[in-house]
Amino acid sequence: MTIASGTVREAAIAAPPPTSAATSPARPRKRRQLTRNRWGYAYVAPFFLVFTAFSLYPFMYTAWVSLHETSLSNINGGTWVGLENYRELLQSEFFWNAARNTLTIGILATVPQLCMALGLAHLLNYKLRGRTFFRTVMLMPYATSIAAATLVFSQLFGRDYGLINTMLEAVGLDRIDWEAGTVSSQVAIAVIVTWRWTGYNALIYLAAMQSIPGELYEAAEIDGASKWKQFLHVTIPSLRPTILFTIVVSTIGAVQLFGEPLLFAGNGTTSGGASGQYQTLGLLMYQQGWSNFHIGQAATTAWAMFMIILVIVGVNAVIGRLRARADR
Amino acid sequence: MATLAPPVTETGRRTTPAASPARRRGRRGGSRAGRPGPVAYTLLTLVALVSIFPLYWTLVAGSHTNAEIAATPPPFLPNASLFENFQLALEQAPIGKAILNSVLVSGAITVGTVLFCTLAGFAFAKLAFRGKGLLLALVIGTMMVPTQLSVIPLFMMIAELQWVNQLQAVILPTLVSAFGVFFMRQYLISALPNELLEAGRVDGASTFRIFWSIVVPVARPAMAVLAMLTFLTAWNEFFWPLIALTTANPTVQVALAGLGSGYVPQRSVIMAGTLLGTLPVLIVFTILGKQIVGGIMQGAVKG
Repeated sequence: MTIASGTVREAAIAAPPPTSAATSPARPRKRRQLTRNRWGYAYVAPFFLVFTAFSLYPFMYTAWVSLHETSLSNINGGTWVGLENYRELLQSEFFWNAARNTLTIGILATVPQLCMALGLAHLLNYKLRGRTFFRTVMLMPYATSIAAATLVFSQLFGRDYGLINTMLEAVGLDRIDWEAGTVSSQVAIAVIVTWRWTGYNALIYLAAMQSIPGELYEAAEIDGASKWKQFLHVTIPSLRPTILFTIVVSTIGAVQLFGEPLLFAGNGTTSGGASGQYQTLGLLMYQQGWSNFHIGQAATTAWAMFMIILVIVGVNAVIGRLRARADR
Repeated sequence: MATLAPPVTETGRRTTPAASPARRRGRRGGSRAGRPGPVAYTLLTLVALVSIFPLYWTLVAGSHTNAEIAATPPPFLPNASLFENFQLALEQAPIGKAILNSVLVSGAITVGTVLFCTLAGFAFAKLAFRGKGLLLALVIGTMMVPTQLSVIPLFMMIAELQWVNQLQAVILPTLVSAFGVFFMRQYLISALPNELLEAGRVDGASTFRIFWSIVVPVARPAMAVLAMLTFLTAWNEFFWPLIALTTANPTVQVALAGLGSGYVPQRSVIMAGTLLGTLPVLIVFTILGKQIVGGIMQGAVKG
């Protein structure tokens, strides 16, 4: 939590200066009047009440549960087993299988997605005819739910009647049993994720691109840089913080991947395919808790997921900071 | 809610002093060079087609019989069986009830989130109180904590309260959002002049009165954006409703998840059901799409 909040906090703290610098020097006296206000607590109270009851407390409690052998109906404990659940988890082939799958699906889903979003944002940044239309249409998948998207795609990827196999056959290729293979099923799931999120990320990149000063491009053009060179040497470096941020957010999403593998076979099985070939950590956790009733194990898996997120976010934050320093 | 996090958070990091004057210019003129060639239009059209096609296919597949969509070549235009398939889908899963539930749940979450986040955002933007910095850091820190980490004790809690399968089990935990607080704060810092608040105070208005007649009108555009994004997210929420509810009293997403589990999966009926469950959000998106796009863009740019 510390590392995670650290990065975002830095973001938040970086934000205010321009505005507050603009307002404060002119009216120091008036500002002071506004600063004394006990009502502040009343205003933030609803947020913190709900948040503490339904997020913070359960979050902490998950750690406690992970040290117990317990069942779903037993809120007050179960048997204390210490780190036994963690030991079991690290020795479990299911965990390592799920961790591996989460990693590969995560890479398959985020890398092409963010690259495409970047290219797409570049195109959307031109003075386009019908730009609102393009932007809106590209955000449509984001408005579609995981359940709906997965059900549709699982039909498109169907072995016998799926449209994708029909098309493959039409161009002379072999049909693929998308769900059965490890690589094929993971690619298919990554496609669903990519479909839903590319447009959204493109809009975020686009917003950041529009804040790049035009002079930078003019200067580059005077230096004789081609459009491609400008993209590489002006656009990408200017977007670096935004890119880093989308990487972090997509990674967190990828570690939690759940709905897509659950519904990919159409019927909500928690095993992630016949041989667990696309069982993710999220799915494993759900299976442990709600199919096998090993709630302590599920809590352990949840914490393992959180640890993975912390490590990834931490590594990204360090890389980001180093690169920022190198730029200076 | 984590999905909503990127725009605002990311903003702050970009707001280097150098960026802010240039940003305005960029927004107005479209700082990037020139007009796109045919290649750009072709690529964009292609992406647009890929974005829409799965949704269109839902309509096509949902409006044919099973046999018809299995044919080669498959049909590419909608057909008349649509309403028949709707009927079958409604028989197989309580989609009507699910839509009503989803409207209730998403509506309640939206009202709560917008109200509470505006309150807290206002306090963080304009009031000072002891521990404010720490509390704000806590709010932002929570945007990083995945929902899945709270789910187990949360389920134990609602089991204890006997709320399993009750709508409040889905509404209450999502009633606030850290993103919303941060979003409102960022908006109000610049949009709400201190003079207005002082004028209210000089006139002797109570703190609540000031909130209601000064802050809310100023915050309205941001509240609208937050409302749209929250509604979309709440409508599409999958993991927690699936755990807290059953197919007897589902939201749309839970009903959809249950739709495929019949003995003989009828693909056209599943598609018709999916279409039914997606239609409301698509209608909202068709009407408000431009504003939603603007909201996401604004969220990303606003400093």
